[in-house]
Amino acid sequence: MQIKILRSETDTHQLYTLPAGEIPLLNALSYIKETQDATLTFSAGCRASVCGTCAVRVNGREELACAYKVKPGDIIEPLQYHPVLRDLKVDKHRAKETLLKSTAWLHTPQEASLTHSDEKLSERQTDCILCDSCYSACPVYAVNPDFLGPFALTRAYRYSTDKRESSTKNIIDNIQSNGVWDCTLCGECTAVCPKGIDPKMDITMLRGLSVQEGYQDPSFATQSFGTPDFGGGGFGFDPNAGF
Amino acid sequence: MIDVLIIGSGGAGLTAALAAKDAGASVAVAGKAYPTNSQTSMAQGGMNAALGNVGEDDIGSHIADTIKSAKGLCDEVMVKHMCENAPGTIAWLESLGVPFSRLDNGKSGTQTVAQRQMGGASAKRACYAQDYTGLKILHTLYDTCLKEEIDFLDEHYLLNLITEEGTVKGATFLEIRTGEVKQISARSVIIATGGYGALYHGSTTNAYGSTGDGVAAVLRAGGAVSDMEFIQFHPTALKHSSILVSESARGEGGYLVNEKGERFVDELKPRDEVARAIFGQIQEGQRVFLDVRHLGEEKLMELLPQEVELCKLHEHVDPAKELIPIQPVAHYTMGGIDVDQGLGVHGIKGCFAVGECSNAKVHGANRLGGNSLLEITVFGKLAGENATKHAADASSKPADDAQQQKDTEAVEALFAQKEIVNFYPYREKLGNLLYEKVGIVRDNAQLQDALKEVTAMQEMQKAMGIVDQSRANNQNLIEFLEFQNALLLAPTIITSAIDRDESRGAHYKVGFEQEDETHKKHTLIQWKKEATCR
Repeated sequence: MQIKILRSETDTHQLYTLPAGEIPLLNALSYIKETQDATLTFSAGCRASVCGTCAVRVNGREELACAYKVKPGDIIEPLQYHPVLRDLKVDKHRAKETLLKSTAWLHTPQEASLTHSDEKLSERQTDCILCDSCYSACPVYAVNPDFLGPFALTRAYRYSTDKRESSTKNIIDNIQSNGVWDCTLCGECTAVCPKGIDPKMDITMLRGLSVQEGYQDPSFATQSFGTPDFGGGGFGFDPNAGF
Repeated sequence: MIDVLIIGSGGAGLTAALAAKDAGASVAVAGKAYPTNSQTSMAQGGMNAALGNVGEDDIGSHIADTIKSAKGLCDEVMVKHMCENAPGTIAWLESLGVPFSRLDNGKSGTQTVAQRQMGGASAKRACYAQDYTGLKILHTLYDTCLKEEIDFLDEHYLLNLITEEGTVKGATFLEIRTGEVKQISARSVIIATGGYGALYHGSTTNAYGSTGDGVAAVLRAGGAVSDMEFIQFHPTALKHSSILVSESARGEGGYLVNEKGERFVDELKPRDEVARAIFGQIQEGQRVFLDVRHLGEEKLMELLPQEVELCKLHEHVDPAKELIPIQPVAHYTMGGIDVDQGLGVHGIKGCFAVGECSNAKVHGANRLGGNSLLEITVFGKLAGENATKHAADASSKPADDAQQQKDTEAVEALFAQKEIVNFYPYREKLGNLLYEKVGIVRDNAQLQDALKEVTAMQEMQKAMGIVDQSRANNQNLIEFLEFQNALLLAPTIITSAIDRDESRGAHYKVGFEQEDETHKKHTLIQWKKEATCR
């Protein structure tokens, strides 16, 4: 079985041959490093889909290398929108910056009476392993590198639904700029999350919370709804026009 | 010069950082990866605290269970400290927003935290967050560190501690991104680098990075390590990938069966006994399985969602319908850096150690499930506080750059050294050797064999080296440095096991099947000073 891996030094896809059989991509990468090419560089940790270290792109889609089974002809590349440090290893420091900006933590904790259904409110969101897959799949980054991004917003949502937070206003205030309204709701993040998290839905929910706090979609005010103005109460249809 | 340098950014390091910062210290956390990549993320089952939320429980029972499992090798003062502080630590984690699983009992605060039974516990005592307990605690700690503006130095690989006259002055690191050797001066140092389970490469539940770098650095700096022979084997890892299936699977009612479908052990006994029972079956030629089918798909998805997914992915079995093939593998290292009751490292002043890398003597010969997450949070706080106190009185005179020079030369020498032998197969060979000859059941002849083989590997190491000549992001170099640490630690495990002619907890030796009162002591190893037992 052969696979191709994008090497940063040459910026070309290098072909590697693996023994036949179904193995996780991470095992394949280790096999290559140990037996064929010690310079191949990638990041790995737990092997069990929970440390978030080994996310890469396979045939253009984000995958955890430890959870993806290699197929002949696979093309392996580093995550998008991250500076490539070497081969499949990328710089994930933006994660910290976006988490910092979105202030995703408890601001003013209070004692609460939490139930099993309260636990469910953030169960999925707190499964996040910060693998950066959603960030890599998010097309907003192609045009706005300052976007807070799916996982930071999911985390902001997770804390803003927590009954132990007595005032969610701080968090909501901090995700307005380059935040909830900049998402295009394309759902690419949701499609690639290895933990089944739905950041798109979380962002939608945050928009609702933002409206409750008195914010509105900033693009709404400036948006154009079918100029020229047809008159007639602004409903876009003038029965007398053109006749 | 910073007050407190924390090396390692898992649960213990992050808790220590928060505590030190809270106590007024300037803090930096250096780790070889990113904080949330640590081994703590893999802890599944839970964290013990005698809250008594599900049935009766009290701190005395928690202490008694821990002491019993430790088989005479714990420090009861430390156990008492840990167990007494458990409910308060849960309350602290609650105040940070840890998403614990909950009970519908109409109460408030920590009284609604759900609790489950783990092996060796006399009550439902483990607080949990589905089977992602470690992950959710770790990430909440990380979020809180961001809130508290903790400084992180990611991708800093620990090379050596800097000491002067037995006092720590900082540490040297290989900055992985640049390949530069740098030193960080500090008034106090906390080592929180995790255990050495990854030495059992291929036969461990541990992440690749749990290579005992901090333990090795302490040995090189003249500090002591203790009880290195006590390696806990987790009874239930997936057979083909060694990936962990949490003890909570048994706690929730999962059975162990052999291929004849017979149960052969009480699944809720402590890990050492269950692991040996499984090993016995395997030696008789039986395959062993975990059976959770009777729990039903809905309950499995509720309580053990991660396990269900991992079984499907790595074993191609659906636990709701099929048996899960398992084997016991290396899971947790009870031994490590020898510390006093204030977590100060034996032999190095101003240096503290916490978490799996340290031997705070709360686990003794066998750790109870649910006590490791407790240890890293309770003692993480203690380490942070004590390191801050030490920093207040410590000298501000930074160390010279002698260690940095020495380490720079050592790294340069590695680049210059020709690779005649590829070290990767030896990493695997060492893992197999330890599993087979320094494993669940040991005997002196095999241990002696293992020591010979390891010594031969140390000789062979001179012919090994790195192929990758890149200075920046050289993972080949990091893995070789980790392997050197492994080869340094392996003999300490084996010689400690040879010395202990008895069976106690996780250490079981053929021909010496009983506990022996004369061995009711810690095995201590310290270089540059005469090896001694106490």
